[in-house]
Amino acid sequence: MDAAGVALFYAFGALALVSALAMVLQRNPTYSAFALVLVMCSLSVIFGLLGSPFIAALQIIVYAGAVMVLFLFVLMLLNVQREVPARAAGGRLRLVAAALVTALVAEVGSVFWRAGLGPAAAGYEASTAKMAALLFSYRYLYAFEATSVLILAALVGAVVLARRSAQ
Amino acid sequence: MTGAPIVQHALLLSLLLFAIGALGVFLRRNIITVFMCIELMLNAVNLSFVAFSRQLGSLDGQVLVFFVMTVAAAEAAVGLAIIIALHRNKDTLDVDAFRSLKW
Repeated sequence: MDAAGVALFYAFGALALVSALAMVLQRNPTYSAFALVLVMCSLSVIFGLLGSPFIAALQIIVYAGAVMVLFLFVLMLLNVQREVPARAAGGRLRLVAAALVTALVAEVGSVFWRAGLGPAAAGYEASTAKMAALLFSYRYLYAFEATSVLILAALVGAVVLARRSAQ
Repeated sequence: MTGAPIVQHALLLSLLLFAIGALGVFLRRNIITVFMCIELMLNAVNLSFVAFSRQLGSLDGQVLVFFVMTVAAAEAAVGLAIIIALHRNKDTLDVDAFRSLKW
């Protein structure tokens, strides 16, 4: 990765962090959804910089395209209002949440820290053709075909669940 | 190749995004926002898969990301259908309102 790539990596990493924070601190779910779209687009750039163009394209098409449009569609269908601020046990719950998340960060961070990763493997190039060859290889072919059944089941399940009942 | 520890920083970014998503699941009360925070956590894990794939010089991590994305798309479709059904029955999206197993 050259110097421009490194600069792009940190710029979009910072953008992803800021928009993720904006998403969580936002009370209006529609704004949260747009912040999440921003997170996903920044992550797509980072995937591309880390040498995975196929995953970067998939991130835009599947997440920013399909999944987030579905979210926005449901938000507008249900006419969602802002959250009301007060909750009885709010303060205590917030403390517990902060403590648990801090513990999680410390735990995973220490694992990453102690892993002591060396320099990344050289000559790494993940072209889309290589990905396709791997997906259709013996190792992943059955899992790959099984995802089509999973998608079909999810499609039928979503239609059945969201349908208005007959009476 | 420059000296910047890109993979380590990508892992750190993934950790922070996952933590923000977990915080959102605790703090937010709109069920759709909670669901979006879960999507954020899935994205953070995808980032760590891609970073490890880069580190090891192997494509298997990216294949795992592909499967995570497929399952996440299916999960989003079914989850949003469940949310629509919940809203139809209770007329609210506040997670505190959904506390009974049947009604």
